[in-house]
Amino acid sequence: MAARAEALPAPKARRWAAPGLVVGLSTLYLSVIVLLPLAALAWHAHGWDAIATRQAVAALELTLTVSLVVALVNAFAGTAIAWALVRDRFVGQNFLNALVDLPFALPTIVAGLVLLTLYRDLAFTRWAILVALLFVTFPFVVRTVQPVLLELDTEMEDAAVSLGASSFATFRRVILPNVLPAILSGVALAFARAIGEFGAVVLISGNLPFKTEVLSVYIFGRIESGDPGGAAAASVAILGISFAVLLAIGGLRRLATRHDR
Amino acid sequence: MTGRYAIRFAALGYIGGLLLAPLSYVFYKTFRHGFWPAWHAVTTPDALHALKVTLILAGIAVPANTIFGVMAALAIVRYRFPGAGVFNAVVDLPLALSPVVVGLALLLLYGRGGWLGGHGVAFALPGMVLATIFVSLPFVVREVVPVLREIGTEQEQAASTLGANAWQTFWRVTWPAIRWATAYGVVLTTARALGEFGAVSVISGRLAGQTESLTLYVQDRYQSFDEVGAYASAVVLALIAVTTLLLMTALKPKEETR
Repeated sequence: MAARAEALPAPKARRWAAPGLVVGLSTLYLSVIVLLPLAALAWHAHGWDAIATRQAVAALELTLTVSLVVALVNAFAGTAIAWALVRDRFVGQNFLNALVDLPFALPTIVAGLVLLTLYRDLAFTRWAILVALLFVTFPFVVRTVQPVLLELDTEMEDAAVSLGASSFATFRRVILPNVLPAILSGVALAFARAIGEFGAVVLISGNLPFKTEVLSVYIFGRIESGDPGGAAAASVAILGISFAVLLAIGGLRRLATRHDR
Repeated sequence: MTGRYAIRFAALGYIGGLLLAPLSYVFYKTFRHGFWPAWHAVTTPDALHALKVTLILAGIAVPANTIFGVMAALAIVRYRFPGAGVFNAVVDLPLALSPVVVGLALLLLYGRGGWLGGHGVAFALPGMVLATIFVSLPFVVREVVPVLREIGTEQEQAASTLGANAWQTFWRVTWPAIRWATAYGVVLTTARALGEFGAVSVISGRLAGQTESLTLYVQDRYQSFDEVGAYASAVVLALIAVTTLLLMTALKPKEETR
């Protein structure tokens, strides 16, 4: 009762102090941890000729191409696996469902090491980079599509089937329009992750300039050889791509929520 | 019906080849010569020190990001403030940023000639802590935000009309609703913090026995052609990953059926 009596005349000032404190502290934290280092990065980005070198351009090209392929494969494989996990019933499904998150839980360097020994024939080729990136980006599309499929009523599909639609037509006309925003959003996340991945790629790719050197490894090489300015310039390029992808995700999310309501 | 089976087996094959085979292979490769060689490899002073460094990194980054995560989620969902959109985007930024870039940014800020250089942050534990906090920052926020949106403000308003102050409202009404989402976020944060490689690789300087975390130790052993050491420490990390997976699975249904 005493506490209640104390709380009753809660002054307006104190009630307003909480939002200020929460917003202020978290903004401060975010600024010190994230924004300040990135500002330093932008400040020190010079030696723009470092990103105009043929080696850097080759690394950027390779990174973009492989990431696009990774995004595409994930769009199909991720959707199929989400479908199998939600609509299908088979023994070991729960185990499989838990396994999907493995790439989020397993350190990327461990993934790289294991894939390197397991797929030894692919080592130091572009295929190796593809496999490593497919591993680390695996959960994104599955985990964005799965909840949407779960919420999607099977009634519409049943109706389509009863009206004589083939299973492919049902998928294309009924399921796909509903899950497409989720697929795109997952694909964008996977693409962004593939662009920046380092740990899984560094061992398996062999890092041969012009052949298997991706942009993050190129940046690492610039740092190691004492050219932080050039590394920063290449980083700003990669940052621009990442930010564009983030904006795209934001747009897709808005699109998806508008779809809902 | 054949379509269903085709998708099922394609999905199983893909998961098997891409996820299950590597996971089982790392255990096979480590324990091929029995348990003790692997045990000795992970109990060398350098390996134990690397494990200690990793635990310190996670031990600081996870609590810091948990407190921040809940506050940031409250800020995003409950309060209107100028720059909220930017705030939201910056929270997601670490997810889309290459770890190498994160490490470089910290190096340029705290390294030689940086704005805050010369305080023993770069090439030392504080820099590694900052890198780990950076990369594992978004997870709690992203898990808590949707739950906060979904529960709405009615109960919180009721509590505050009945005379509860902001603190009481949070602990008695808001927290019980978001604690499972927070726990799930904590598990994701921990996994990311323990497994971080690229950012700490750049900022730490990789001094064996000093600034080497367990992930860096794996690479170090591999590049010194010490396969047993590399795989044994990889198994330690894989075991942590499997534990994380189990925790994630245990926490997820609660979050979904709320």
